[in-house]
Amino acid sequence: MKILVCVSKTPDTTAKIAFKDNNTKFDEAGVQYIVNPYDEWYSLVKALELKESGVATQVTLVNVGTADADPIIRKAFAIGGDDGIRVNSDNSDSFFIASQIANVAKNGGYDLVLTGKETIDFNGSSIGGMVAELLDVPYISLATDVKFNGNTATVKREIEGGDETNEVSLPLVISCQKGVAEQRIPNMKGIMASRTKPLAVQEPVAAEALTTISSFETPPPKAGVKLIPADNVEELVRLLHEEAKVI
Amino acid sequence: MSVLIYLDQADGQIKKSGLEAASYGAKVAEQLGTTAVGLVLGTISAEAIKAAGKYGINKVLQVTDASLDAFDAQVYTTVIAEVATQQNANVIIFSHNANGKAVAPRLSVRLKAGLVAGAVALPDTSNGFIVKKSVFSGKAFANVAVNTAVKIVSLNPNAYGLKASGSGDVAVENISVTVPAAKVKVTGKSTAAPGEVPLSEASLVVSGGRGLKGPENWGIVTDLAHALGAATACSRPVADAHWRPHNEHVGQTGGAISPNLYIAIGISGAIQHLAGVNRSKYIVVINKDPEAPFFKAADYGIVGDAFEIVPKITEAVKKLKA
Ligand SMILES: Cc1cc2nc3c(=O)[nH]c(=O)nc-3n(C[C@H](O)[C@H](O)[C@H](O)COP(=O)(O)OP(=O)(O)OC[C@H]3O[C@@H](n4cnc5c(N)ncnc54)[C@H](O)[C@@H]3O)c2cc1C
Ligand SMILES: Nc1ncnc2c1ncn2[C@@H]1O[C@H](COP(=O)(O)O)[C@@H](O)[C@H]1O
Repeated sequence: MKILVCVSKTPDTTAKIAFKDNNTKFDEAGVQYIVNPYDEWYSLVKALELKESGVATQVTLVNVGTADADPIIRKAFAIGGDDGIRVNSDNSDSFFIASQIANVAKNGGYDLVLTGKETIDFNGSSIGGMVAELLDVPYISLATDVKFNGNTATVKREIEGGDETNEVSLPLVISCQKGVAEQRIPNMKGIMASRTKPLAVQEPVAAEALTTISSFETPPPKAGVKLIPADNVEELVRLLHEEAKVI
Repeated sequence: MSVLIYLDQADGQIKKSGLEAASYGAKVAEQLGTTAVGLVLGTISAEAIKAAGKYGINKVLQVTDASLDAFDAQVYTTVIAEVATQQNANVIIFSHNANGKAVAPRLSVRLKAGLVAGAVALPDTSNGFIVKKSVFSGKAFANVAVNTAVKIVSLNPNAYGLKASGSGDVAVENISVTVPAAKVKVTGKSTAAPGEVPLSEASLVVSGGRGLKGPENWGIVTDLAHALGAATACSRPVADAHWRPHNEHVGQTGGAISPNLYIAIGISGAIQHLAGVNRSKYIVVINKDPEAPFFKAADYGIVGDAFEIVPKITEAVKKLKA
């Protein structure tokens, strides 16, 4: 089994979110970037586990992005992975990105494509489903547990208020979240190795953008907290009932 | 032309998020001067479907094929694509829930229809079709223009709410669509116990953090939740320590929720926690440390010991409801 792991570059979880150019562009000033946590902690580690247990033979990372993403791919390499492919583009439309990933998956003969549950900046939760449709293979979304027996996977996926167990055969796309694997911290050996792993850069195939972001907004600031004395909790309940009208 | 609304169901009932999608879709149809058509897949009683009629849709189509009772995103995509084409749908609405997140992206590719995933407001149709969606894990919004003739929108749970309109009498029409064989076999299922509110759909949520010291103390959280009819949630370290199940974990790396009320007990309010809950309409924080960062994001707060305060709130809620 050959596994393709999708890795995206996202602002650090503590980054200040601000916009510039009339609210049309994300303001990158002072922003640190990381590997999208769902990709790094869950899908990548799951792929490595499958290789370590002899189920998979190769783990390739794929990113659609510009050269700015190279340090992020190397960060992911420090956790693991054999090689990487970056499709050189700054197009951020989900269909465009998915088309690139599907093309890489098809050309490389990958049987399993893993994505994160969502990117923490765009929150689309869309790329995995789009890739699966482009490849015409099943898609299991929001997985919390993935096991393989030969070519057949047993996957638990999140549903409202619980989970569902699915059985499905390769080829396959799965989006991963907490539960699928345990987060790994890169060690010195991994960091050393990350520098020399092969990272191929290729140009995108043609695909139209189905959507464009016209502008961004930040939510209005909160009015400030109304503090209620600890010995008067009835007042809190009254406010929630009469002022906020939520209970 | 029509607006097609996929009404997600579970155990013979249309989910609350499905009814929200109906409310939203009815309004979009009104905006565009066209009809709102609901779609139900699988076996579900006419009675249960009628529930959707209260939310302003004009008719409901049902594909009763029992094989649709088991979910396979690929099969659902084929069926919904065919119905969308039959109905000449120019807008298709999903809820941005577990099934919506699996089907909407596939359908987007199948129909070459631009998708706005996680919408929080009605589309702006004054100049094209622009929909506001949540981005940066609740820290901002993006206005996304859809460039294609057919548009797909998946609506964030609790973002638009339930808007009753219309008589509640809705015509249900059985339609037949060829259902392809599923490649995914559903072999097991666990759902919330009857009476428990699924976290992602809940309008009220009571959540606990490391300040509660251990799982044996969770009674004060669940008692308040039961008194309110709320769902329960927790911070990441609490789920990591197995004090609570993983599906209760909210935040940057857990679930993102947007209830009307989020009550945070013994949670410090780290930025990664806020990322999952900052779209809540009202936030109440109970923390013994007046400097806890969560107070900055709160609407109401009580500084003090949760073990003393929370049982008193539960009593006061019970009194209010009595
Ligand atoms: C990349 C990344 C992703 C993360 N994702 C998430 C995420 O998705 N969700 C998440 O929650 N965290 C996440 N975290 C962790 C986050 O940074 C915090 O560490 C975590 O939220 C803290 O949990 P807590 O508030 O329960 O515990 P603490 O920070 O230990 O806070 C406990 C609070 O309880 C209060 N307290 C103590 N005793 C009492 C009492 N008797 N009565 C009242 N109050 C009391 C204390 O004053 C304190 O404020 C993430 C971190 C990183 C780096
Ligand atoms: N530019 C990208 N390059 C590679 N993978 C991506 C990219 N964007 C998103 N992904 C993958 O798709 C998942 C879901 O992204 P999204 O649909 O944007 O929420 C992420 O967790 C990644 O695994």
